[in-house]
Amino acid sequence: MAEKYRLRVSQVTKLFPGVVALDKIDFAVKSGSVHVLCGENGAGKSTLMKIINGVYQADEGQIFIDDCPVRIGSPADARRLGISMIFQELSSVPELTVAENLFLGEWPTNAFGKVNWTQMRKRTLQLLREENLKYSPETKLRDLTVSDVQMLEITKAVSRNSSIVIMDEPTSAITQKEVEALFDKIRALKSRGVSIIYISHKLDEIFRIADEITVFRDGRAVEAHPASELDIDKVISMMVGRKLENSYPKESVSLGAPLLEVKGLRGEAFRDVDFYVRRGEIVGFAGLMGAGRTEVMRAVFGLDPIHAGTVRMEGKAVRARSVAGSIRSGIAMLSEDRRRYGIIPVRSVRENCVLASLYRVIHGGRLHKEQESKLVTQMFGRMRVKTPSFETSIQALSGGNQQKVLLAKWMLRDPDVLILDEPTRGIDVGAKYEIYRLMTELAKEGKAIVMVSSELPELLGMCDRIYVMRQGVVAGELKKEEFSQELIMKYAATKAGDSDTTGGTHQ
Amino acid sequence: MTQLKMGEMWAVVKEKYSIFLVLLTLFFVCSLTNPNFLSINNLSNISRQLSVTTILAFGETILIISGMIDLSAGSVLALSGVLAVSAFKATGSLTLAFTVGVVTGVVCSLINALMITDLRVPPFIATLAMQTMARGAALLYTKGQNILQLGRFVIFGQGSIQGLPIPIVFLAVIFAVTWYVLRHTRFGRSLYAIGGNEEAAVASGINVRLVKYKAFLFNGVLVGIAGVLFMSRVNAGLPNGAINFEFQALTAAIIGGTSFSGGIGTAAGTLAGAFIVGFLDNIMNLTGVDSYVQQIVRGAIIALAVIYDIWAKVRRRTRRTLGASKGQAP
Repeated sequence: MAEKYRLRVSQVTKLFPGVVALDKIDFAVKSGSVHVLCGENGAGKSTLMKIINGVYQADEGQIFIDDCPVRIGSPADARRLGISMIFQELSSVPELTVAENLFLGEWPTNAFGKVNWTQMRKRTLQLLREENLKYSPETKLRDLTVSDVQMLEITKAVSRNSSIVIMDEPTSAITQKEVEALFDKIRALKSRGVSIIYISHKLDEIFRIADEITVFRDGRAVEAHPASELDIDKVISMMVGRKLENSYPKESVSLGAPLLEVKGLRGEAFRDVDFYVRRGEIVGFAGLMGAGRTEVMRAVFGLDPIHAGTVRMEGKAVRARSVAGSIRSGIAMLSEDRRRYGIIPVRSVRENCVLASLYRVIHGGRLHKEQESKLVTQMFGRMRVKTPSFETSIQALSGGNQQKVLLAKWMLRDPDVLILDEPTRGIDVGAKYEIYRLMTELAKEGKAIVMVSSELPELLGMCDRIYVMRQGVVAGELKKEEFSQELIMKYAATKAGDSDTTGGTHQ
Repeated sequence: MTQLKMGEMWAVVKEKYSIFLVLLTLFFVCSLTNPNFLSINNLSNISRQLSVTTILAFGETILIISGMIDLSAGSVLALSGVLAVSAFKATGSLTLAFTVGVVTGVVCSLINALMITDLRVPPFIATLAMQTMARGAALLYTKGQNILQLGRFVIFGQGSIQGLPIPIVFLAVIFAVTWYVLRHTRFGRSLYAIGGNEEAAVASGINVRLVKYKAFLFNGVLVGIAGVLFMSRVNAGLPNGAINFEFQALTAAIIGGTSFSGGIGTAAGTLAGAFIVGFLDNIMNLTGVDSYVQQIVRGAIIALAVIYDIWAKVRRRTRRTLGASKGQAP
């Protein structure tokens, strides 16, 4: 075959103590193409990318660039070979300016080591103009949005004349519109002959840019296919190695009386928010990023103050505007930001699991250790948490397992209303399915569930009713029979006047 | 799988108990190096000398675990001590003197808590300010003069109960209470959670403000007691005494494995840390090591302890990759 490969990885094996992380991987990326990597967390994608980027060294195997064998001993080597990686957690310094970040570590200097600011500024301006970015070189990074920073990272890669750009979950924290901009950028890079390796969990979007798809499973590259030969279901079954007969295990449950009722809620980022959830019901909150969904949920849960409005549980006002008060009235909330508001990284999974229900294990003046182990065992079994031991610190688990521990934490508290803010963000398909399964189970027990999500398919698949928020207000409410992506997007992205199709719209 | 689990468990054990192995080894080495080391007299002396700063160290441990610190401990100790001493001189009541000492420690400590929680001053800065203020107050109150001839007051620092020196009794009780608080109370669990990730602790329904006040209350009681013990042991009210005691206390806590990033630390570790420092100082004195050299050694030990702590963290993170990959294995 005369096909030219920019990057080829042959028979690469990587061992970690006790685990074969990569097992004789073969993997190749063509010049000027987008190669998507899929796979559950821990399947080996990130390990391979770290080897290509020089962070890890392979134990066996060979890497070729343009068919020449190369040795990549460090990220600096990778950079010399034209490889750039854009990390999941963006690797820039918030307190420095755009220009400083762009040339981070490679500041142009004179013979005495003094930074040549004028030249740096000039080159930055030029780069920004070329890439069509509107901010000034003096802007501090922390004043930019996630997507702006990401574009900057890509610009950085371009400025280094990288021929291979690796992107790890680039769309996990940006809005739909920004995703479009990113995809445009990717296509532009491609037309310049740059090869792109794109790692993503978002199966619906990868088909829009992928030329080829490789699926990883248990440290093996399962198969590489041209994207045109695959569809979402095929990719999922390759990822999990089995057929998921139904990716949304939704069951219909008879709905009870309203449990949580929110009326006229007003806060910093939202106003006039009314909604309710019935027993057995799963209610979704759709909307673009920044529409105020998370802020509403935080206020309901007592994390942020409210300026007006009431929160009622079974008709009784939730008086104490504190998290403890909300928890006592039977509300629990799983935050969208697992690392910031969820886990206590250095503490054990056991301690993390019982953190919201300490009264169940510490009473009568002492810790009941057997009781604690029993409860944790029970919850981990139900949640199917995979952990080496109860004493393992939670930061040692994969994202999906961390999320399950946090769910276990709230299950232990046995809440009536469970608010799930982006519960499946950044976790693998298997863990997602477990979380959906649990939601269904809880609904059947008569709990009320609120799910905030930016992934429309999961909202449509799991919910009984969906509220759509836009710019701090509830812009629409959809009953099950009205569910459609188009309608949600219309409420989410257009002005109320424009979405009213019967009204005369004057431009 | 089973083998891996064993390895994981061994790593946990090693991480948990290495400090006690160090202490034990040091104990044996010291016993072999110098015959005087092992005498009851010498060991009891070490404990007596250590008691004041180790009591402070338990307060610091609680604070560091929850992501805070108290740089004012030494100064507040001095203020508590001189006020207790002068209360005794005025009334002759040991109970009142003791109470005055403890209350002073508590009040100063709660002012720290107020600055940190409600006024949002970083703990480092708030307690640094208190350090200067409390020292100033102690000097102002005594007009810079030492208070001498304390009479019966010396019983706290020099007396014994059933042959056990009173400071050591206090030390033992305070160790037990600290251990119990950290291990068996919701307050203890909350301290670890707040130090490990304050925002997550809030989102789990923990009343962070209250827990921080309680932590400083606990610390204040300890500082007050230490003040009484110290002045009593030296038989004087010294407004300029106990300078830098907070750093000795911090040293014990750090060597004992309390992590400055918060969320990690134990009472037993701190006790071991204090005794490691105490044994080292003692053996260096017994073998006639130059006192300047002693200082260098003490500093090096702190650096070593922290370097070890960081290595342990790196290892924990390596295990993370391992655990993550393994979690998905069929």
